[in-house]
Amino acid sequence: MKVEDLYQEIILDHYRTKHHSGLREPYDAEVLHVNPTCGDEVRLRVHLDGNKVSDVSYEALGCSISQASASVMADLVIGRDVAYDLGLYEEFLTMMQSKGQIEPDEERLEDGIAFAGVAKFPARVKCALIGWSAFRDAVIRAQSERS
Amino acid sequence: MSVDGGPEYPATTDLADVATGSVALADEPIIFDVEAIRADFPILERTVAGAPLVYLDSANSSQKPRVVVEAIEDHYLNHNANVARAMHLLGAEATEAFEDSRAQLARFIGANRSEEVVFTKNASEALNLCAYTLGAALRPGDEIVISVMEHHSNIVPWQLLAQRTGAVLRWFDVTHDGRLDLDKAAAEGLVNERTKIISVAYVSNVLGTVNPISQIAAVGHAVGATVVIDASQAVPQLAVDVAALGADLVAFTGHKMVGPTGIGVLWGRYELLAALPPFLGGGEMIEIVTMEGSTYAPPPHRFEAGTPPIAQAVGLAAAAQYLSAIGMDQISAHERDVTAYALQGMRALPGLKILGPDEAVDRGGAVSFTLSTPDGQPIHPHDVSQLLDSRGIAVRAGHHCARPLHERFGVQSSTRASFYLYTTHAEIDALIEGLGYTMSFFGRLR
Repeated sequence: MKVEDLYQEIILDHYRTKHHSGLREPYDAEVLHVNPTCGDEVRLRVHLDGNKVSDVSYEALGCSISQASASVMADLVIGRDVAYDLGLYEEFLTMMQSKGQIEPDEERLEDGIAFAGVAKFPARVKCALIGWSAFRDAVIRAQSERS
Repeated sequence: MSVDGGPEYPATTDLADVATGSVALADEPIIFDVEAIRADFPILERTVAGAPLVYLDSANSSQKPRVVVEAIEDHYLNHNANVARAMHLLGAEATEAFEDSRAQLARFIGANRSEEVVFTKNASEALNLCAYTLGAALRPGDEIVISVMEHHSNIVPWQLLAQRTGAVLRWFDVTHDGRLDLDKAAAEGLVNERTKIISVAYVSNVLGTVNPISQIAAVGHAVGATVVIDASQAVPQLAVDVAALGADLVAFTGHKMVGPTGIGVLWGRYELLAALPPFLGGGEMIEIVTMEGSTYAPPPHRFEAGTPPIAQAVGLAAAAQYLSAIGMDQISAHERDVTAYALQGMRALPGLKILGPDEAVDRGGAVSFTLSTPDGQPIHPHDVSQLLDSRGIAVRAGHHCARPLHERFGVQSSTRASFYLYTTHAEIDALIEGLGYTMSFFGRLR
């Protein structure tokens, strides 16, 4: 396990220029997720348009892995169906829990496959997941508030 | 192996052999030899990522010398039984080993009598014991004083106590260089006639600051408050004499002083311990139990419900003996030397900002810092520690269980390097080099 497996160029690129970052209006739900062991925080908003995720905006304080993961996640989920996005979440989660044993689907996860290397570093799996779990939580809240 | 007889520090010669690899004569000072000490710690021979392990996380948990592991092994393999309730030979041996360990710990910290040493599972439990038992006498409006530099384990038990009793929790602030702000405390009347408890750290686990405990204890006692000290970072590094310190209750943990996990110590003045109600109920802490009520054992057993950490106590006594044989004053001097060397190297790194005192004066061997790239972009501590780990260097990253202190300094988290008796200058060089590499690794992104 080399540190370069972890810090792939795709991850470092997203860390340098975070996509969709910053909190925006309008939104249907806002959540704050923290990692109590390190103090990393993600505040994330979701705006739904029917069954479509029309916007995800966020403010993230944390390491390169957590920030890059939030950036990749926002790229993937915005403009797609809620059900599709929750499926992506499950797929990303499975990959992160695989200890590097699963070959990810690049067609679906796109830049997200760069995090397959992070899955080999158990201490960093939480970092890669914090943005994704905030997204899932916010979507569920937005849906329940609507119904 | 009698509980209260025997020489002041028994068996020092044997341990000196282990510590220095040579026979020390009784009157000759043992020369502090870091390489010989390292040979007592097998784990330090490990390699990580193809490089020699550089373990700079001792404030988190220290490594263990072979004598400690062997003492635990010998206990389990040859003397194991429950204490104070088994009437057979092994029960007697285990009881004697446990109580003898208590006596050794008492001597190690300068306690007047071994009954002043209560074994707990860790420092957190010891501090919770203090909060719970002292809390029985608190009334709404009474005040508890802590500090903003405390570990969460010296914050949360007092918050819980304040919630239970209606007491008010107040705290010392820190100065910009990480010392307790005593002037501000005096100006705002922080300690006053309503103050019933003061609980502060002896040495900060983040800043390394050594606090003026005797002075704080005197201020507390002047208003009739009970003074509790979290000495988790102090007992491993400084020669601590609880009888002279001035505090009423002193908590620390075993695993940070080359002892095992699963055991901590609460020292208390005997008269105070004798006046406190029980903490946890169970076997061993009672005198007579009827279905209508019970009476309780005197200290220390009143506070040790259930089967205690017996083998851990034996291991901790071996740790105290090991440190005594080397000499706590020598360990302190080494710690100061290594810390001064590290601070010097760190001050020379542009982009590195030390939290807390940047000189090795009234300062322990933990240095927390933030790091930025050459163009001023902060590098997250997780990323710093990951890069260092890729070179075999173990440090801690995060808020080190002291989130309020980080908030006070306006940083989300920090990286911490901490040193101990086995830390070498070469390891500090590796750290400084690793930090330079980390800065250039993340710097080339810009």
